[in-house]
Amino acid sequence: MSAAENTLARTVLHGRHAALGARLVPFAGFEMPVQYAGVREEHAAVRTGAGVFDVSHMGEIETRGPGAGAFLQRILSNDVDRLEPGGAQYALLCREDGGILDDLFTYRPGPERYLTVTNASNHEKDLAWFRRQAAGRADVKVVDAHSRYAMLAVQGPDARGHVERLADGRLPPRFRTAELRLLGGGVAALASGTGYTGEDGVELLLPPADAGEVWDALLDDGVTPCGLAARDTLRLEVCFHLYGNDMDETRNPIEAGLGWACREETEFVGAEAVAAARTEGTAERLAAFVLTDPGIARPGNPVEGGGVVTSGTLSPCLGVGIGMAYLPAARAEPGTPFAIDVRGRTRAAEVAVKPLYRKDT
Amino acid sequence: MADASYPPELRYHPEHDWARIDADIATFGITWYAQDTLGEVVFFEPPEVGKTVAAGEPYTEVESVKAVSDVVAPLSGEIVEVNEALSDAPETINDDPYGAGWMVKVRLSDAGEAEGLLSAEAYQAELG
Repeated sequence: MSAAENTLARTVLHGRHAALGARLVPFAGFEMPVQYAGVREEHAAVRTGAGVFDVSHMGEIETRGPGAGAFLQRILSNDVDRLEPGGAQYALLCREDGGILDDLFTYRPGPERYLTVTNASNHEKDLAWFRRQAAGRADVKVVDAHSRYAMLAVQGPDARGHVERLADGRLPPRFRTAELRLLGGGVAALASGTGYTGEDGVELLLPPADAGEVWDALLDDGVTPCGLAARDTLRLEVCFHLYGNDMDETRNPIEAGLGWACREETEFVGAEAVAAARTEGTAERLAAFVLTDPGIARPGNPVEGGGVVTSGTLSPCLGVGIGMAYLPAARAEPGTPFAIDVRGRTRAAEVAVKPLYRKDT
Repeated sequence: MADASYPPELRYHPEHDWARIDADIATFGITWYAQDTLGEVVFFEPPEVGKTVAAGEPYTEVESVKAVSDVVAPLSGEIVEVNEALSDAPETINDDPYGAGWMVKVRLSDAGEAEGLLSAEAYQAELG
């Protein structure tokens, strides 16, 4: 056993996952549940009912002070001026050359208080970046808030109903946040109308000591516990990016198809590079695809004629191999056929319109 | 999904494969442990009849939603029959790993190789 395996972190719900018989795997330094009853069943629960994911491995960075808004406007790609108190906004964190450091949601629970949710594998890197960029700014304070929160994502068409039954107060609409009291008022939660599944739902930031009780109450109310495997199939069906697969520091937002989350006029770090990529175009583009042959393409499979698969799985809803791949820009338009080398076998694929799965399909 | 089991009449390879030996023909598949570790099998493309397989070497692949895994031949020989039904119903590998979930039948090239395989008891001891 390697040293890394010996030092895996655990979320506060680890004991509950083990008791439920979850298969636990190392993920971003944490030992996390990859599945409970099975990925197909969990996937279907989120598409048709409600599922809950322990995403407490994700990090939080609090930025506060009179200069917090201006500071975040400088480092986040989106227009932070448009993030009102009680709002939630998706953005990228970019290097000067436009390389993507992370993709993240920022909440604004108070006028001078922001909370940015980081990918677990990037949390320390993001925190160091925030601190370096904030150096010398007396009006901004950057705080590592990861240990302050557990995080549950409750997702699916019935998700809101389940959370409402536990809550005093109204749930936030999509891309808004709200302070809630749960379980008869004893638990303070920050809820956001966000998620990573393409379904309606909320994500709950909770005091770690209270997360177990909330988890239990959701399960008692019929919510299905769901693992990382279902989280991945759900997000890929709706073409949400996974950092480390679909983009990284070597890719800029334009080639990753995330230009919609960039407002170059705000002059964020990396804006010039993003503006240049937007104007001049990029050699490759991230495209969604469907296999027209049997089989499943996987990350790293090369595309014949140039390009590479970055995410791939079997879509539980569509029953075919799906994924995302960087393709030469001229061949990244929906409908374009191409071929993937899947471990030595050529599999035919076609560029598809995003999202791959829609409610009415 | 079936309960954990390791039939005593089979011989086992430490890479989580079983062989049911009938004179010079052996049927191969993956063990209960292997299918449980994989999770739900969603894709299986049988290898070609006539292909030569070598003990300890991969001869096909099995895919769950999450990952693809090599399937190792417990014994050497030539594939004489494949389980075509698994193409349409790969989940059979989970449901019945020692029965309808068999993968290939092989004409053995070295009858003595079977001596190197594990009994059900020894295999389970390896699983710990």
